[in-house]
Amino acid sequence: MDPRYLQIGTLASLLVYGMFALDFEILPLNAALIVGSAQVAQWAGDRAHGRRYDPRSALITSLSLCLLLRTTAPWVAVLAAAAAVGSKALIRVRGKHVFNPANFGLVLAVLGTGQAWISPGQWGNAALVALFFAGVGTTVTRRSERADIPFAFLGFTAALLFARSAWLGEPLTIPVHRLQSGALLLFAFFMISDPKTTPDARGARIAYAGLVAVLAFAISYVWYVPSGIVWALFALSPLVPILDRVAVAERYQWPSLTAAAAPGR
Amino acid sequence: MIASFAARAGRGVQLALVTAALAPAAWSFCGFYVAQEPGSLFNRSSKVVLVRDGEHTVLTMANDYRGDPREFGLVVPVPQEIRPDMVKVAERAILDKLDQYTVPRLVEYYDEDPCPDEQLAWGRAAEAKAKSSSELEYSSAAREDDRSYGVHVEQTFSLEEYDIVVIRAEGGSGLEAWLRKEGYQIPAGASGILESYIRQNMHFFLAKIDLSAQKELGVQWPRPLRVSFDSPKFALPIRLGTVNADGAQDLLVFALTPRGRVETTNYRTAKMPTDLDVPEYLVDGGNFATFYSATFERKVRRDGMSAVYTEYAWPLQVVCDPCTTEQLTGAELNALGATWASDYHGGMSGGFVTRLHVRYDAAHFPEDLMFQETADAAPWQARYVVHHPFRGDTRCAAGRRYEVELLERQASEVANVSALTGWDPAEIRRFVPARSDR
Repeated sequence: MDPRYLQIGTLASLLVYGMFALDFEILPLNAALIVGSAQVAQWAGDRAHGRRYDPRSALITSLSLCLLLRTTAPWVAVLAAAAAVGSKALIRVRGKHVFNPANFGLVLAVLGTGQAWISPGQWGNAALVALFFAGVGTTVTRRSERADIPFAFLGFTAALLFARSAWLGEPLTIPVHRLQSGALLLFAFFMISDPKTTPDARGARIAYAGLVAVLAFAISYVWYVPSGIVWALFALSPLVPILDRVAVAERYQWPSLTAAAAPGR
Repeated sequence: MIASFAARAGRGVQLALVTAALAPAAWSFCGFYVAQEPGSLFNRSSKVVLVRDGEHTVLTMANDYRGDPREFGLVVPVPQEIRPDMVKVAERAILDKLDQYTVPRLVEYYDEDPCPDEQLAWGRAAEAKAKSSSELEYSSAAREDDRSYGVHVEQTFSLEEYDIVVIRAEGGSGLEAWLRKEGYQIPAGASGILESYIRQNMHFFLAKIDLSAQKELGVQWPRPLRVSFDSPKFALPIRLGTVNADGAQDLLVFALTPRGRVETTNYRTAKMPTDLDVPEYLVDGGNFATFYSATFERKVRRDGMSAVYTEYAWPLQVVCDPCTTEQLTGAELNALGATWASDYHGGMSGGFVTRLHVRYDAAHFPEDLMFQETADAAPWQARYVVHHPFRGDTRCAAGRRYEVELLERQASEVANVSALTGWDPAEIRRFVPARSDR
């Protein structure tokens, strides 16, 4: 089965849970605009390239944006979704898009408009939520054969957090608390795990995970800027084409009905 | 906000009537504020005003200290050396006004006469107004002594009723011992926390009360202290307070920022339930305070003491509605450190105020609170609504419909309170008078 269906189901469930159980400040209008605009942009892009219209990836992008983007201005929601899907079509190197679309749309909206923000604490830090994310996330990423990168990223992050707390003499409840952050786990299993915007070779992927973890740590705990993981991924995404040159491997393809005949699969 | 209607000829009574049916209130009017005793909500909370503009922070700490002034001691980790020009004594009244301005509120409406042609409608006139340091000679002998504890005194000065000392330390255990020697009631086990602050290159701001200065100034209780500093961190150190606490601490943070609402980044920030109909009896006495305390306690319990709660978020150039006290002036905001605020036309000022309420202990809140200012500038308030039933004659067709709707509404009011507080609905219903006793 195409892992994207599982991802869509999971993201939609998380959105419903977030809106009703955790009182996320997601305006239903904004959510509808994000999903709608992404589909329109996808359709326009598919038409322009003479491809069959496929809503799946745009749906994942828009659901991720719904979960992460906060804004009171509907036009920002539209812009973020359109830019996210647009970046997939327009910012490409050797036929592979550079930025995770949701990450791109998020960064553009927050830094570019001044009317959007990210709430990294919105999921809380409950052990149960963490377990859920990890469990579901593992299932989803194993389906897409990309379970290595979320675990590598979390491993590097845990090492950095524990090292910092040990050096400061802080109780270890602090790094444990930080690792239970729903936002961190959502990022690990649903954003940085994106098989289309991460290096093709496993070794390069793990190295990439390490670089993102280190930069995110510096942004969060050296410069004290919130949501470090989002900025770190954005800043380091242009490195992926370079890593693909250095460590050549098969490019990821979503499974399809003609999987047996498709090249590289 | 009062709409007046002339009396029917023959009765000659001036009335104030609100035109609000059983339907939810119109956007333009948020109800009359039901005045509470100022400070009756959570007067045991620590109160802190946190002003943040760019990398500049102004922190005002109020204390409810009512004990022996000789035993008072404040220890605050700060990111830089605090010089005398960075400290001020603040007026308690401004902080209390900010507290009152942002307090969760009860508002009231009056149901109008469902049979207006029948007889004179009456109602009570609602109250629309809200019924809330010279340089000390520090001897060189003492300095030597400090060094043996690893403590370097950077500043010592008097400020009104306070003696202020700013220090750097080399180690947590040395600092803990030095603080105890100097008469600060530092709880055992604090050395670990102190050490973690020391390793982050933090200094320590210490304050004690100067008894003779206090007497001279005629100040009965120590006033709030205001400290300014620059730091990339937008945070509030809460961990020191959790070490010796018997049970959970209660903290109110009033954040003043130039743009929008403030929330925590390392803990969940959630809004308190709002805009709910509640029974009429909450208008009386301290019933609302009891209700809101119970609501807050229940929220904390159900969320497993894991969140910070927003009770008020309001752009300061938008008039409060309803107002629980006078509008905050630019001068008052400046006094708290919000230097961007000024008096606009009509006495209003710029920026945004967020009231955050957190109940915490060491186990559930292991980290200091880290904040961010969002771009959310939408007005929001914790507001609970009473609709006073019409108490006149309802013997007409519309009146009978009104009575039926009223019973339904009263049932949902009771259900709301029960859901919010966890109280038994039967207990609550005892305070709702039957319609026959009018």
